Amino acid sequence: MAEEVILLNFWPSMFGMRTMIALKEKEVKYEHKEEDLLNNKSPLLLESNPIYKKVPVLIHNGKPICESVIQVQYIDEIWSDKNPLLPKDSYQRAQALFWADFIDKKLYVCGRKTWATKGEELEEAKKEFIEILKTLQSELGDKPYFGGDTFGFVDIVLIGFYSWFPAYQKFGNFSVEPECSKLMDWGKRCMERESVATSLPDPERVAGYILQLKKRYGIE
Amino acid sequence: MASSTILLDYWPSMFCMRARVALREKGVEFEAKEEDLTNKSPLLLQSNPIHKKVPVLIHNGKPVCESLNVVQYIDEAWSDKNPFFPSDPYGKAQARFWADFVEKKFSDAQFKIWGKKGEEQAAGVKEFIEAVKILEAELGDKPYFGGDSFGYVDIALITFYSWFGAYEKFGNFSIEAESPKLIAWCKRCMEKESVSKSLPDQEKIVAYAADFRKNNL
Repeated sequence: MAEEVILLNFWPSMFGMRTMIALKEKEVKYEHKEEDLLNNKSPLLLESNPIYKKVPVLIHNGKPICESVIQVQYIDEIWSDKNPLLPKDSYQRAQALFWADFIDKKLYVCGRKTWATKGEELEEAKKEFIEILKTLQSELGDKPYFGGDTFGFVDIVLIGFYSWFPAYQKFGNFSVEPECSKLMDWGKRCMERESVATSLPDPERVAGYILQLKKRYGIE
Repeated sequence: MASSTILLDYWPSMFCMRARVALREKGVEFEAKEEDLTNKSPLLLQSNPIHKKVPVLIHNGKPVCESLNVVQYIDEAWSDKNPFFPSDPYGKAQARFWADFVEKKFSDAQFKIWGKKGEEQAAGVKEFIEAVKILEAELGDKPYFGGDSFGYVDIALITFYSWFGAYEKFGNFSIEAESPKLIAWCKRCMEKESVSKSLPDQEKIVAYAADFRKNNL
């Protein structure tokens, strides 16, 4: 049976980047459909993700899968013959899922505050942001990747944010170095992988997108 | 090798209840250690240093945190009986999606009903009803969210049933009037011993929530 794989995405989405990287790691041929999220969501998107109307959506042989962390697990299970993304051991898998949940709960909201808030709220957000990165850095330890010797699930869940780090620091007017330099080294290491380098946008482009959002929502 | 299974627990937590239901579904002998959340035990702080929250499952000395994570782990560690997921990856993805929906939409909304007042509470009631209608549509005519057998999504959602009395009292609405189908599903789940043994009486939760409101609002 011919395999049909479509990814509905929006280029700055650090969530969409996860699914793209996972598909590329598995060498899956897929069709990328770029959504105009700010102005005009496609009928296919609204039909495939009626609950949230968000990207990314993975459509495999006509069947939609929503939520990026769920998509990465799905991709790992369907194309299980190469480059396993999650550990086989149940305990290690639980640890990987724990860190994915930590990243989703903490990093997105805090990152957003670095460009969408000011004054006291911004100062708190910057402190929290560095703490989050230090926690992740401590989990990484001396391993080349969160998964150990091989690039895996937690690396995929986190790496998209790497393309947003320069913008967070620019708009928030702070630096994550030298406290988080080990984590930045991890980011550079991941960027050497083609699946990552071809899925992450240029940080300059991300900064431009944030400026667009700030204008649109009247955020100074 | 003697295996030890400890659950760091808190009786009114619908998240802890998920772990209890899951362990009982698998027939696992476990020790529940009740936490005083105003005075967290050294074991809790050591086992969940990041969030310092319950539930924590400690299996052979190794901690697993976050209730849905705990349920998935239990399914894999005791895979010989009562699987929580369908075997096909698409079915698994759908189950994960709906459990995640319960976390994202249902969970936040229900807290506003008993934990807030005024406009925030009213918004909570509205969001709760919306979420219930979506879940009811997803359930359809199936006996369980998992289909013919009780599964992951059922476990993720049923524990909130112990709080329905509190939602109705403080939110001043009837859940059965909004969704008789969902209530029927709740009662069906409560016929299972793993569920009825793991959920506290609704009256106890109403008293707990009343106390919270008195002290915090």
